Amino acid sequence: MNKAFCTAALSGALLFAGSAMAADVTITIESWRNDDLALWQDKIIPAFESENPGIKVEFTPSAPTEYNAALNSKLEAGSAGDLITCRPFDASLALFDAGHLADLDDMESMSNFSDVAKSAWQTDDGSASFCVPMASVIHGFIYNKDAFKEIGVEAPTTEEEFFAVLEKIKAEGSYIPLVMGTNDQWEAATMGYNNIGPNYWKGEEGRLALLKGEQKLTDEQWVAPYATLAKWGAYMGDGYEAQTYPDSQNMFTLGRGAIYPAGSWEISGFNEQADFEMGAFKPPVKANGDTCYISDHTDIGLGMNAASKNADAAKKFLSWVASPTFASIFGNALPGFFPLSSAPVELDDALAKEFVSWRGECESTIRSTYQILSRGTPNLENDTWGASVAAIKGAGTPEELSKKLQEGLDSWYKP
Amino acid sequence: MQRTGSRWHIAVFLAPAVLVYTAVMIFPLFNTLRLALYSRIDQERVFVGLENFKTLFGEAVWSEQFWNALGNNFWFFVIHMLVQNPIGIALAAILSQPRLRFAALYRSAIFIPTILSFVIVGFAWKLILSPIWGIAPSMLDAVGLKSLFAPWLGKEAYALTTLALVSVWQFVGIPMMLIYAALLSIPEEILEVGEVDGITGWSAFWKIKLPLILPSIGIISILTFVANFNAFDLIYATQGALAGPNYSTDILGTLMYRTFFGFQLQLGDPHMGSAIASAMFAIILIGVCIYLFGIQTRLRRYQL
Repeated sequence: MNKAFCTAALSGALLFAGSAMAADVTITIESWRNDDLALWQDKIIPAFESENPGIKVEFTPSAPTEYNAALNSKLEAGSAGDLITCRPFDASLALFDAGHLADLDDMESMSNFSDVAKSAWQTDDGSASFCVPMASVIHGFIYNKDAFKEIGVEAPTTEEEFFAVLEKIKAEGSYIPLVMGTNDQWEAATMGYNNIGPNYWKGEEGRLALLKGEQKLTDEQWVAPYATLAKWGAYMGDGYEAQTYPDSQNMFTLGRGAIYPAGSWEISGFNEQADFEMGAFKPPVKANGDTCYISDHTDIGLGMNAASKNADAAKKFLSWVASPTFASIFGNALPGFFPLSSAPVELDDALAKEFVSWRGECESTIRSTYQILSRGTPNLENDTWGASVAAIKGAGTPEELSKKLQEGLDSWYKP
Repeated sequence: MQRTGSRWHIAVFLAPAVLVYTAVMIFPLFNTLRLALYSRIDQERVFVGLENFKTLFGEAVWSEQFWNALGNNFWFFVIHMLVQNPIGIALAAILSQPRLRFAALYRSAIFIPTILSFVIVGFAWKLILSPIWGIAPSMLDAVGLKSLFAPWLGKEAYALTTLALVSVWQFVGIPMMLIYAALLSIPEEILEVGEVDGITGWSAFWKIKLPLILPSIGIISILTFVANFNAFDLIYATQGALAGPNYSTDILGTLMYRTFFGFQLQLGDPHMGSAIASAMFAIILIGVCIYLFGIQTRLRRYQL
């Protein structure tokens, strides 16, 4: 027993000496991107550490669904990391208002970003920025090229073509035409409603009009996407009501489906899993030649914990994140998360290139419910999930669903 | 040894338990009740009295969700009372048959799910019932009943009942064990006296054993009540915090979690969350009181 005690004391002392010798500053990053752990550890962090000796970076992600709750508790308790990965809009704004996120306006490298890019992490009047924009995700549809060739269909550009393709795949019978489930609910809203919707409400034009109160969710351009979603149900797999998000990912990458309503964040995972060739097409427009609109959603930013004890090192890391060097590493390490910095970044991945090329052809917008509109109770984003699922299942008519959403919004939002 | 004034040892022996219990149970409980009386206005925590409860019960947005969750909770409880407890009692009655072979094996097998984690149970059943990879559709197919299969967890009409039955599957071992113990404590003599009077077999169960285990059944009912109204884990593990489809599996626990910690774009509101938690506490307290004063005192106890 005595011996064991001695060993323990000795190793304890050694450990202590070891940590005292290395005077490195360690900064930790809070994130919900646990899928990206390997990329951060193998590519991003080593690149920073080799440029900045003396600073060690630790990436400590938690599960996406638990991130907000866990982060809030940690910040309240004062045990959160030095750098905070920022959700867009209100979640981060609330953290800033509560004094948990530092104001970054005096950081020089913030000028590398456009106003639209910064808008997700600013106060409503744009007077303060509190997160460095890292990446956006673009919505569209990923399809199985081999399946399309086998059945003899081409990627559709108009809505009519889109449903003709679905009909053909269904008639042929060997692939599930549209791979999506409604069990987790958010896919229906994010990859359904907000994916095809911008073509109806003309992107930013409609979104800003909604914010100003000039348009209502009961207007034709906001109701029509639900009517289109209602037609999706017939092309989705057997039992899609209980199909979860991972189920859909697996079904598509196993080659059992033809079209996957997607966000570009799927690209790296799909590249790894699928052994067939994939292509992507943008949300179909009403008629050939119509201006197309895409959801190019500001999704990830990085801010600094105002209570950080290593503020200098954290700031250094943030400036690096704002630099073109980071944009290039990040954009290529994580195809599908497109850097927001104004400097152009050359991407290698074919599928990611396809997605990002739409930025040149179409008008970009962000998801309609994210800015300001999901601030009150009832929460418009959560309700949109429910409404989109109900539309697909046919549990309510598009008009009924939109009426309920608008009533909920009216109850607290006065433009 | 002095006898008077030396009662301090009572305090010393009680202290650890009292301190730990106060720190981890009593203090958080009262602090939650206190938190429900505050609200955050412009970054300041302000005392608002019963305002949160007024919002919770007075505004349709909140009250609809609350009554929906409470109704679902009642259904969850009803399923347990109607399915779990009768099956538990029946299993215990069968297991207590002295001539049953492999009784110990059955007892353990039925009890094992109880010690599994909710996450494992939720995940396993989600896989079993999955319309895509699950064994439930293929098993039904094997006996030609594929038409009976539906994506139960994804249908509003079935999801809650399905989850309640999964929970019954997990916890049926508890009433079984408690009743089993109660049945074993019934002296042979009483049954033999009954036999002399011509009461055997099933009528012996109904007329002798059941009245004697009634207090245990009461205890089981109240345990089920408390556990069900505090339930959260299984729903969260299988359906997530939004308790879909369309809030059909939303119970007070998930509503409280969503409100307290926030969800996706919905920001957490600890004060409203505490108000819901306080309402849950009140419901459980009332339920337990009804049982203790209304039912338990009237149960006849037999001196065995």
